[in-house]
Amino acid sequence: MATLDLAVDQAALFECLLRLGDNTLVLGHRVSEWCGHSPVLEEDIALANTALDLIGQTQLWLGLAGEVEGKGRTADNLAYLRDAAAFRNLLLVERPNGDFGQTLMRQFLFDAWHFEMLTALTRSADKRVAEIAAKALKEVAYHLERSSDLVIRLGDGTAESHRRMQRALDDLWSYTGEMFVTDDADKAMAEAGIMPDPASLRGPWEARIRDVLAEATLAVPTGTYVHKGGRKGVHTEHLGFILADMQFLQRAYPGATW
Amino acid sequence: MYAQLVKTEGTKSLEEMTAEERAFQERIDRGEKIEPKEWMPEGYRKTLIRQIGQHAHSEIVGQLPEGNWITRAPTLERKAILLAKVQDEAGHGLYLYCAAETLGVSRDELMEKLHNGTMKYSSIFNYPTLNWADIGAVGWLVDGAAIMNQVPLQRTSFGPYSRAMIRICKEESFHQRQGYDIMMKMAAGTPEQKAMAQDALNRFWYPSLMMFGPSDKDSVHSTQSMAWKIKINTNDELRQKFVDQTVPQAEYLGLTIPDANLKWNEEKGGYDFSEPDWSEFFDVIAGNGPCNKERLGARVKAWEDGTWFREALVAHAEKAQARRMASKVAAE
Repeated sequence: MATLDLAVDQAALFECLLRLGDNTLVLGHRVSEWCGHSPVLEEDIALANTALDLIGQTQLWLGLAGEVEGKGRTADNLAYLRDAAAFRNLLLVERPNGDFGQTLMRQFLFDAWHFEMLTALTRSADKRVAEIAAKALKEVAYHLERSSDLVIRLGDGTAESHRRMQRALDDLWSYTGEMFVTDDADKAMAEAGIMPDPASLRGPWEARIRDVLAEATLAVPTGTYVHKGGRKGVHTEHLGFILADMQFLQRAYPGATW
Repeated sequence: MYAQLVKTEGTKSLEEMTAEERAFQERIDRGEKIEPKEWMPEGYRKTLIRQIGQHAHSEIVGQLPEGNWITRAPTLERKAILLAKVQDEAGHGLYLYCAAETLGVSRDELMEKLHNGTMKYSSIFNYPTLNWADIGAVGWLVDGAAIMNQVPLQRTSFGPYSRAMIRICKEESFHQRQGYDIMMKMAAGTPEQKAMAQDALNRFWYPSLMMFGPSDKDSVHSTQSMAWKIKINTNDELRQKFVDQTVPQAEYLGLTIPDANLKWNEEKGGYDFSEPDWSEFFDVIAGNGPCNKERLGARVKAWEDGTWFREALVAHAEKAQARRMASKVAAE
C-alpha cells in the first residue's frame, strides 16, 4: 500500500472518504429518529437495524479517513467535532424524515445509489477501501431489497399510499442529481482506480429505479433541477440541528471519555 | 419485571377442582410444560394473556426512554450499542406478542388495549431519561431488575412463554453489562460525569425497586399465579435479591444508594433497606407519572400515523393475490 499511497492525492482521498462516511452517519442519524415511533413493530426492528448498519459503516469510513488524513483524528473526532461546513454528505440524506413514505423513498433513492457505489468500490485499487466496501455491500444489498419492496407495495397499495409515495418522490427528486456530480477530488480518485467516477453510476441507478418505480405504479419526475452543495460543505438548514443533537455531549464536556 | 399487578382469580384447593382442573394442576406440579393447543383453565389463559401482554407492551414502550438518547449518544460505538439494544427490545416485544397469540389473542387486540389504557406497561418507563448516565442506569438497574424476574420465568409452566424468556434473558444480561459499563465510565470520569451517574442512581433507585410490585402483604394476585407457575418468586423475595446484588455494584462504582436506612443485616444475610414510596407507585400506575402522557401519546401517534402504511400493505397483498388468481385462471 505504501507505494500506492505515495502516488495518490491523499487530500482527495480524505475528502472522498468523508463523503462516504458522512452519508452513512447523517442517514443513520435520521433513520434512528424513528426508533419506537414507526407504524408497526417489524419496522421498528428493521429501521434500528438499518441505522445500526449505517453507523457501523460510518465507523469504518471515518476511521479510514482519519488514518489517511494522518493528523491523529479518530472516527469519533471526525463525527463529533466538525461543524456543518466540514461535513461532506449529500443533501438528500439530511432531508427531514417526513412521513414514513418520505423516509422510505429517501432510503430507496439512496440505497440504489449506495449499492452501485459500493459494488464499484469492491474493485478499488486501495485494498482498505475494497474491504470496507465488501463488508458494507452485504448490508446494503439487503437495505435495497427491503426499500425497493416497500416502495413497490406502498406505490401500488391504496390510493392514499400511492399519493404519499408519489409526493415523496416528487419532493426528493431534485436532491438525487447530486449523487452523480463529478468534481476534481472524484476525478483524482477515478484516475487512481480507487473510486468510480460518480457520473458513471447514473446509468445503472436510473435503470434500477425506473424498474422499481414502474412496478410501484409511480411516475418518474421529469424535473432536471439539481440541488447540490453538501459534498462541498454547503448544507441545508437541517444539518446544523442534526449536529446540535449528535454532538451535544462531546461539545458540552470536552475531553471526557464515554 | 415488566409485569406488575397482574390480576388473577382466587386459588382453588385440589378438592374444589374439577377432574380436568386437578389433572392440569398435577401436570404443573410435576413440572410439565403446558402447550397452546392443550386444555387449560380459562383463568390460566386470561392471566397469561394479561401478563405476557403487559410484558410485551413494556418492551415496546421501553424503546422510548432509551430511544430518547440515540441521536445524542456520545460516541459512534455507544450509539451502535444503544441502537442494538433498542432493536433487541422491539424483538422481545415481537416474541412476546407471538407467545400471547398462541393463547388466542391477536397483536392488534393487545395494541388496542394498550392504546385505550385498559392494559398497562411497566411503571418504570414513565420516568424520564434526563442525562446520558440514565442510559447506563436503565441497563444496570432496570434491566437488572427485569432479569431478576425473568430468569426464574424461564421455568414458567407455559411453553411458549418459557421459551421466549430463555431467548430474552440471554439478551437482557448483555444489556445489563452494557449499562454497567456506561456507569463505570461515568463514575470514573470527570466530576460532571460522576455527578450525572449519581443523579441517575438517585432518580432510578426507588422506581427500580417498584418494578417488583407491591409488598407481599399487599400483593393480592400472587397465590394463584404461583400455583400455576406463572409467577415463580414473590415480589419481596425478588426485591431483596435485587438489592443484595446491586449494593456491592454501587459500592464498586463509588456511588451512594439514596437510602439512609440501607444496612447489612448479618442475621438474615441480606440488606435492610427502605421501601419505595408506594403512593408514588400507585400514582404512576394511575397515569400520573412524569412521562405517562408522552409515552402512551407517542405509541398512539405512531399507530395512528401508521394506519395508511398498514392499510397499504394489506391492499397490496390483496391485489397481488388477485393477480395471481387471475393469471392462474387465464392459464387454465
